[in-house]
Amino acid sequence: MRNPRTGWLLLSPTLIILIIFGFAPFLYVLFVGFNQWNVFSAEDGLIFNGLDNFRRLVFDEDFLHSVGLTLRFAIFAIGSQIVLGFLLAQMLTRNFPGKSIFRVIHTLPLMVAPIAVGAIWRLLVIPGFGPVPFFLDRWFDFDYRIGTYPDQAMLTSVIMDVWHWTPFVTLTMLAGLSAIPREPVEQAKVDGANRLQVFWYVTLPFLRPVLLTTVFIRIMDAIRTVDEVWMLAGGGPGTRFTGIYIWRVVFPRTDYGYGSSISIITLYLTIVLCWLLFIAISGKSKDEVE
Amino acid sequence: MTTSTQQRIGRFFTTYGIWIFMTVLTLLPIWWMFVVSMRTRVELFARPNLALSRLWLENYSNVLTDSTFQRYMTNSLVVSTGNALLVMVLALLATYALSRYKLAGRDNIFFWLITNRMAPPAAFLLPLFIMFTRTFRIEEITIFDVTLVQGWTLYDTQIGLILLYCVFNLPFAIWLLKGVIDGIPIELDDAAMIDGAGLLGVLRYVILPLSAPGLAVTAILSWIFAWNEYLFAANLTSVNARTITTALAEFVTVTGTNWGELAAMSMITLIPSAIIVILAQRYIVMGLTFGAVKE
Repeated sequence: MRNPRTGWLLLSPTLIILIIFGFAPFLYVLFVGFNQWNVFSAEDGLIFNGLDNFRRLVFDEDFLHSVGLTLRFAIFAIGSQIVLGFLLAQMLTRNFPGKSIFRVIHTLPLMVAPIAVGAIWRLLVIPGFGPVPFFLDRWFDFDYRIGTYPDQAMLTSVIMDVWHWTPFVTLTMLAGLSAIPREPVEQAKVDGANRLQVFWYVTLPFLRPVLLTTVFIRIMDAIRTVDEVWMLAGGGPGTRFTGIYIWRVVFPRTDYGYGSSISIITLYLTIVLCWLLFIAISGKSKDEVE
Repeated sequence: MTTSTQQRIGRFFTTYGIWIFMTVLTLLPIWWMFVVSMRTRVELFARPNLALSRLWLENYSNVLTDSTFQRYMTNSLVVSTGNALLVMVLALLATYALSRYKLAGRDNIFFWLITNRMAPPAAFLLPLFIMFTRTFRIEEITIFDVTLVQGWTLYDTQIGLILLYCVFNLPFAIWLLKGVIDGIPIELDDAAMIDGAGLLGVLRYVILPLSAPGLAVTAILSWIFAWNEYLFAANLTSVNARTITTALAEFVTVTGTNWGELAAMSMITLIPSAIIVILAQRYIVMGLTFGAVKE
């Protein structure tokens, strides 16, 4: 009754668009990654140089540093978002007056364009202009300058990302929590489980797929963050994430070959990380079927 | 009895304590942007002050009366709406195919679709730029000595952005819808087919109504992602198809940033998405399960 050919037909427009605008550029970047191509170099055009770019990036301290920063950024930001998002979602499953207003207010940051988020936070934190350094200095005598201290810049980016993306986590968690059937929870309570046990043995297993999917989406987006952090700190110390580093290599330096090879490796690392999560998600659902 | 009352009071205070704390934290940056948008350049460089001193709307009127701004705004509306509609239709068809047909390598195709969202954008701008300016180029179309098109390229067109944004929106949309459509029992399809419905009939009368909340969320989030996109829009358009986010970045110049107008424009960009979210609040939660939870 179901002819696979019809299925392919339905899938084809999507495949065509993604092959043209996603896969073809990928192949091109992959190809350029094996070449030396710098507009400012003495010899013009692409020069095949095998794995040289990849050998170079393994020893490139700036690149390795940027990977470390990106991972740290992703772990801190996503970790806080998950905890905070879960707590807020838990709160929103109960009914209380003013709930819908809170939900609307809490969803607002998600709607702000990343570039505007960067602008807003820059307005908040640049010295001599923003209220944050001003009041920190006045009340706590704390020297807060994101252009000078890498750790503060990093922390500010994390807080900004948490501000921007926690609403998304809250929404998915809320969707996940409201889909949990009541009976197992009630049953566990009858059996004398305390709140922590209910959470650990009932809520969490039910929530696991939603949780992993959310982490997956957030990792995917956190690793390629450019706009907001660029707008916030202009690629200053402590915020030179991989996305921004690639940008610097490709555009001001016009080192296309090297930039491409970095992109390929970054993409590869992201895919591996996400593939593991993907297996964790779909592996779980297979168990449920059996 | 007293303990439960105490508990209830305690819960009341924690709930509203968190409520107020989170609301203040969430609104503070937006409030500051609003305050900045109401100030003159001179006032801005005085002592930072979080209170709104007066309503001064010149920044807004400057931005709104600017014809360039109006064009950017129109472009943004056209591109994000076009993209959201396209993504919704394509994702529905693709997800239905992935969910109902036994296609070879189905899981791998699904994962590959998602990987399209992972690419770090900076390096991919180069091939896209070449593609937009050289590959998709129509030198001339002449019918009966009437030149219809001359030197047309995909670069700097709205349709170019609409198609390109599918690269990051389609994977997300398909993922969202996968769970929704997997959740619709296949027996319903079969029943409709036995009653004589064709493929389109099944899609129209079974899948479409049952996946409506999921589709709504898909459209809304695609719309917002497209509305907010900056990097591609900034590099693949020049004059005609520039979007509002690129205008925001243009305010940060070497000679100094016009923060007041930047803030005013950010506030204006926020309005359409905020309206959509307020109207569609309920569906957003209903449709965001990613189908991970099944009964």
